[in-house]
Amino acid sequence: MKWADTVRTATEAVRSHRLRSVLTMLGILIGITAVILTVGLGQGAKAEVQAQISELGTNLLVVSPGSTTDASTGSRGGLGSSSTLTAQDAAALTDDAVAPDVQAVAGTTTTSGSLTNGTTNWTTSLMGTTPSWQEVRSRTVSSGRFLTQTDIDNAAAVVVLGPDTASELFTTGTPVGQSITYDGVQLTVVGVLSELSSSENTSNNDVAIVPSSTYAQRLVGGTTRDAVSSIYVKATSADTLSAAYQETNQTLLNIHGITSASDADFTIATQESILSAATSVDNTLTLMLGGIAIISLLVGGIGVMNIMLVSVTERTREIGLRKALGARPPSIRRQFLVEASVLGFAGGLVGVGLGFAGAVIVPKVSSAHVLLSVPAATAAIAVAVGIAVIFGVYPATRAARLAPIDALRSE
Amino acid sequence: MAPTDQHRFLVPPVIEMIDVGKTYSSGSLTVEALIGVDLCIEPNDFVAVIGPSGSGKSTLMHILGCLDTPTTGTFRLSGHDVQDLDENQLSDVRNLMIGFVFQQFNLLSYLPAWRNVELPLVYSGVDPATRRQRAHAALAKVGLADRADHKPGELSGGQQQRVAIARALVTEPALILADEPTGNLDSTSTVEVLALLETLHDEGRTIVLITHEHDVAERADRTIHISDGRVADPDARRRLVGAAAMGVAS
Repeated sequence: MKWADTVRTATEAVRSHRLRSVLTMLGILIGITAVILTVGLGQGAKAEVQAQISELGTNLLVVSPGSTTDASTGSRGGLGSSSTLTAQDAAALTDDAVAPDVQAVAGTTTTSGSLTNGTTNWTTSLMGTTPSWQEVRSRTVSSGRFLTQTDIDNAAAVVVLGPDTASELFTTGTPVGQSITYDGVQLTVVGVLSELSSSENTSNNDVAIVPSSTYAQRLVGGTTRDAVSSIYVKATSADTLSAAYQETNQTLLNIHGITSASDADFTIATQESILSAATSVDNTLTLMLGGIAIISLLVGGIGVMNIMLVSVTERTREIGLRKALGARPPSIRRQFLVEASVLGFAGGLVGVGLGFAGAVIVPKVSSAHVLLSVPAATAAIAVAVGIAVIFGVYPATRAARLAPIDALRSE
Repeated sequence: MAPTDQHRFLVPPVIEMIDVGKTYSSGSLTVEALIGVDLCIEPNDFVAVIGPSGSGKSTLMHILGCLDTPTTGTFRLSGHDVQDLDENQLSDVRNLMIGFVFQQFNLLSYLPAWRNVELPLVYSGVDPATRRQRAHAALAKVGLADRADHKPGELSGGQQQRVAIARALVTEPALILADEPTGNLDSTSTVEVLALLETLHDEGRTIVLITHEHDVAERADRTIHISDGRVADPDARRRLVGAAAMGVAS
């Protein structure tokens, strides 16, 4: 018997027993839908975290004050609650002689504060930084300008608002040129940042940026006016990121007078390290959901075997007739295996379709993102066919072994 | 239409059974379904095998149809030894040399008539165009050319049996084996089907008709009685000796 005939015969048999075929497919279908959705959810969550972290800017190192020791849960900090990092540290890193692979450096200090425009109040994060912040974080302004060195030198009373902050404080009119008040100090709005459209992280769009000098001298103050809460370091390229890491580490150790790297009073994080910490949780979740999906596929496979066995019993007469007409046992086995794979393929296809439909619906009813990929869908269909064939082997072998006279005699 | 002596020496008998026995055993119980059966069926014979139920009729039919193999004795189909063939080879023998007509018709309900008729050709690997053409030709021969696209459920019992006969014809087999072909038919259809078998016989086909009804058996050229697993075919020995002589000669 030719392959084309086997496939046609199997397809006709599947089509002629519609209800049974649909029931057989159901298990596989649900399994594949579950696989597609869980993989999609996992990928979606991962992509989301990745997007958030890449919004920090590219080729970025983040230096934070203090460090935790591996041996205990204790942490090493500066005097009192003050930061161990200063504006001088940031300035030192801009020196091309000590850190040639560092393109730009921005120290930032952040506090939560309330801004006022007339009777409108808005609480946001107030950040003091330098003009290089714009380059380091790869941000642009949609109107006006960003901070300049002159603003720093003069401790100018100017502010650049995030797009969300601007729209909260100024419901009408253009914010640029207007004044807002922070803690009794009038600040002139000189610019508004462009929106990071993909951002889920509101802190990227809801922020008020003032010159670091203004922040320290006129707005917040504090015991150590030079202290910064973090330093963003941008490497010249992805290839020089590790060199920039070494240079930053060495420079800061030198400035802080620390001889042993293990005694460092700061921590340098790369995007990768932040990313891997964030995605490890997602990976566990994906693994768990994937496990459930695989179990449901297995159950689907057993369903295929179950109903195929019923099918073999029910079609004993047909098998007997085919054998009487000259079908060799391998032809019969092949017919049932192809039937199983047709069921698996159809189940897989519908499952992928439902998975894709789910990927459209899920983000609409929850905040979860679903990321679908064609290779994953193809693999899912292949797995569906594979499972159906594996679980079809036993029923098919039983069909092939039926003695034609017994098969013909059955009612 | 008895074959001439000359004819017999040129073409081997379709069926040669010498001292064939078939024993079924299940557990401690042993049933001798066939005992020392001698049978010789020449080309273009129209033979009725008649006997009451439990006489071994079905067992004989299964062995004739290569659906089962004898326990003892020699069985040749058109001069070929078939008792030592494996399952795949038996499938091929059934496919190429035997056309079955069953009491229950055994048509696949989800396929139109012509697709049922082409089934044996599918298993012998004939290409689709030839299959289609031969299936339609066979349906035309049984007078159902205009019913080729009807499914079995849309046909009367007599028509269904004629489709089954077309299916048995389509491979041009050496032997048409009809097992109670009229058992499920009304009297009109019975006449129709028997007339069709006679026509086929007139055209040179070899037909073995298994039945328990005497008026059906009477349509055949000769009748072989079977009871308690023994076949009364007084002629067989003499003919088989002739056949054996031919075997020596060739």
